[in-house]
Amino acid sequence: MQDASDAASDLGPILELDGLTVALPKGGDRRNAIDSVSFGVGRGEIVCVVGESGSGKSVTAQAVMGLLPKGQLALTGGSIKLEGREIANISQPELRKLRGQRMSMIFQEPMTALNPVERVGEQIGEVLEIHTPLSAAERRQKVLDIMAAVHLPDPASMIDAFPHQLSGGQRQRVMIAAALVLDPVLLIADEPTTALDVTTQAQILKLIAEMQARRGTGVLFITHDFGVVAEIAHRVVVMQHGRVVEIGSRDEIITRPREPYTQMLIRSVPSLHPPDRKPNASTVALSTDKLCKTYASGGFLAGKRRVVKAAADVTIDVRRGETVGIVGESGSGKTTVARCIARLIQPTSGTIRIGDIDVATLPERRLRPHRKHVQIVFQDPYRSLNPRRTVGASIIEGPVNFGLSTDDAMRRAKDLMQLVGLQPDALDRFPHQFSGGQRQRIAIARALAMEPKLLIADEAVSALDVSVQAQVLALLDDVRVRFDLAVLFITHDLRVAAQICDRIAVMQNGVVVEAGPTMEIFASPKHPYTHALFAAAPGRGVRFGEGLKAVS
Amino acid sequence: MAVADATPVRPRVSAFRQLARSTSVLIGGFIVAVMVTIAALAPWLGTRDPAEVNPSVRNKLPGYEATIRDDEGKKVPVSYRLGTDSLGRDIYSRVVYGARVSLIVGLTVSLISISIGLLIGLVAGYIRWLDGIIMRFMDGLMAIPAILLAIGLVSVFRAGIFAVVLAIVVPEVPRVVRLVRSIVLSIREEPYVESAITVGTPTPLLIFRHVLPNTVAPLIVQGTFICAAAILIEAILSFLGIGIPPEIPTWGNIMAEGRTLFRVFPHNILYPGLFLAVTVLGVNMLGDGLRDVLDPKMERRG
Repeated sequence: MQDASDAASDLGPILELDGLTVALPKGGDRRNAIDSVSFGVGRGEIVCVVGESGSGKSVTAQAVMGLLPKGQLALTGGSIKLEGREIANISQPELRKLRGQRMSMIFQEPMTALNPVERVGEQIGEVLEIHTPLSAAERRQKVLDIMAAVHLPDPASMIDAFPHQLSGGQRQRVMIAAALVLDPVLLIADEPTTALDVTTQAQILKLIAEMQARRGTGVLFITHDFGVVAEIAHRVVVMQHGRVVEIGSRDEIITRPREPYTQMLIRSVPSLHPPDRKPNASTVALSTDKLCKTYASGGFLAGKRRVVKAAADVTIDVRRGETVGIVGESGSGKTTVARCIARLIQPTSGTIRIGDIDVATLPERRLRPHRKHVQIVFQDPYRSLNPRRTVGASIIEGPVNFGLSTDDAMRRAKDLMQLVGLQPDALDRFPHQFSGGQRQRIAIARALAMEPKLLIADEAVSALDVSVQAQVLALLDDVRVRFDLAVLFITHDLRVAAQICDRIAVMQNGVVVEAGPTMEIFASPKHPYTHALFAAAPGRGVRFGEGLKAVS
Repeated sequence: MAVADATPVRPRVSAFRQLARSTSVLIGGFIVAVMVTIAALAPWLGTRDPAEVNPSVRNKLPGYEATIRDDEGKKVPVSYRLGTDSLGRDIYSRVVYGARVSLIVGLTVSLISISIGLLIGLVAGYIRWLDGIIMRFMDGLMAIPAILLAIGLVSVFRAGIFAVVLAIVVPEVPRVVRLVRSIVLSIREEPYVESAITVGTPTPLLIFRHVLPNTVAPLIVQGTFICAAAILIEAILSFLGIGIPPEIPTWGNIMAEGRTLFRVFPHNILYPGLFLAVTVLGVNMLGDGLRDVLDPKMERRG
């Protein structure tokens, strides 16, 4: 990797940003979306722009591509040089010529970035049709070549497939093929792997690195994930509040960052090495036995009946004061298990014991008294609170349902707000007045107000920025100890699982393939799938913040 | 851990102020307000008894001046601003009073169909096993044309506002049910609704507190469109003679009576038609504007 950046310096940068400034519309939370952003991308170099939400990293990419949303954001200063040519204020037709030919972009969501009613071959060939005089047959050949180059299986038949027939990873490969078919000098990738599973992400990262090395493309890679940065970057640009905080080589930024903000970010990255934890011998709060959830489709009048096993024979115990993680990729059934335990869906068979009661088959009316024992915190902090109700009303809803007076419930809510690190007098505000991390704290307070035995965190920190994530994880750990809570932690993020879970269960296709103490599983995974999962974790083998002094 | 202060995010622009900024809400609202005023103040707007027949002034053109005897036998000058029909009734008075019927029909139809539709829609969206049965029944109702239904109802009951309202409500209800059901189905998947379930909120309270408020804005919009449709259908039914009985002035009735002499005296159809068109336009503009403001899915993307 070092060689590549050396080579880059010889040929001069292909992209140079100098003092780039984009103004926000009036009434925004700051004046400029990005402010005096200056950095360069060399030939054959991968530059990662990393930052938390609102840092201006995506706006930077949009500015370079000339894709700033019209009427909202406008370039107000600075220069963008592509191969030495100023492109900051060139006309739309000229810009259009450059897009696709000299620079191209891939996006986060491969499903929405592809047209669902057009064959993938046509979509890849579209740039050829616009920018080259090639005949239809030549174009088809070129499309087939690039599809083979991005390792799409069986290009000859896939070229006529529609996007919905492809998996997420294949769609992202199609996007990359479309972006690279004209051999641009600059590829801008805006969070291209964020929507993908970790094993697919590893393949796509490998593909981008491979294409870049073979074609000498410069890559501007936008991401929030330091694991990905460690995996792919040559150089790293750290952004915060629209400004560049620090620029350095991958190793500099990851092991010994200079700026306090970068240091804070790097320290917030959870390590893949789980700490040693004492085995827990307290009473079992939750135990499931052979929990199954199957979905049947078709049947009467709708052709052949198909049965999908979302969860099969899941057996999990969680003791008081213990955090048990369920780890898996999308479609592994981990959320199904969580929803069964919270009885948001009815399990098909098996038992769910909370204390002494089996809640798996209780009808809703008899279940309600037991609902307070299991509380759940959801992934999306923007949808887990009713936007029309004050935070206080949301927190006291449960206790009032169970007969507490409004005044007593309010008093308890005040204490809980303090406990989760928010001001107690903010109870009469509405959810939109809080940030994502703060809303997640409120969701935790609402769950705690019920004095549950088991708290389910369903990807509860996955939507949060890494520094906020660290705080919310610390809060979850704090309340677990304080209330001797059993915590069932659902996540796809191995780093988070390694840090917070005492034991983990790895799920694939609805089945628990491996379970045990976190230490043991991370040290010596036995099941091949667990192996593959760990091998795919980005930034594996990199010690974040190694060169930093330990914080007391 | 740092105690984070609740960041004061910019306050949401209130729906009311957004409404005041929308031109179509302003224009539509203005037209509707004028029509409501006309209907409410009909007796004081220089009108005569709209049912009064006067054979001496049959088929007069707009602006006709006449001197007629009133009930006590005194001669009084009368100006027929919009002319008279073939029975000598004052078109102006009939059109103004006709606004009452139209608006009452529009309003009652939208209120009734929204109330019934909301109730059935909530049930269909929330009680899954009833959903299929209810929705197939609704599909059946939707297949009944309002005009055929009105003919049937008029032959069973008597022609009148009740039969007209019923005939329009029946095919409108399924549309409201579909709308409410789809909102319920998407809202019940929201994490905040699921949170409410896990904290043991009883189902009726859950629907009332978390689901119902989300239906208000779309239902207001739907209500205006139903109102416009109802005014039109009432006019059609009256025109065809299966709606409001001819002695009650409605825009449809006036046009029906003017139909035979349309070529000679077009004003019999022109003025009620104009009022009908402007009213429906106003209500529709109001509905469109409301949808732009209240329905975030239709929001213009900048």
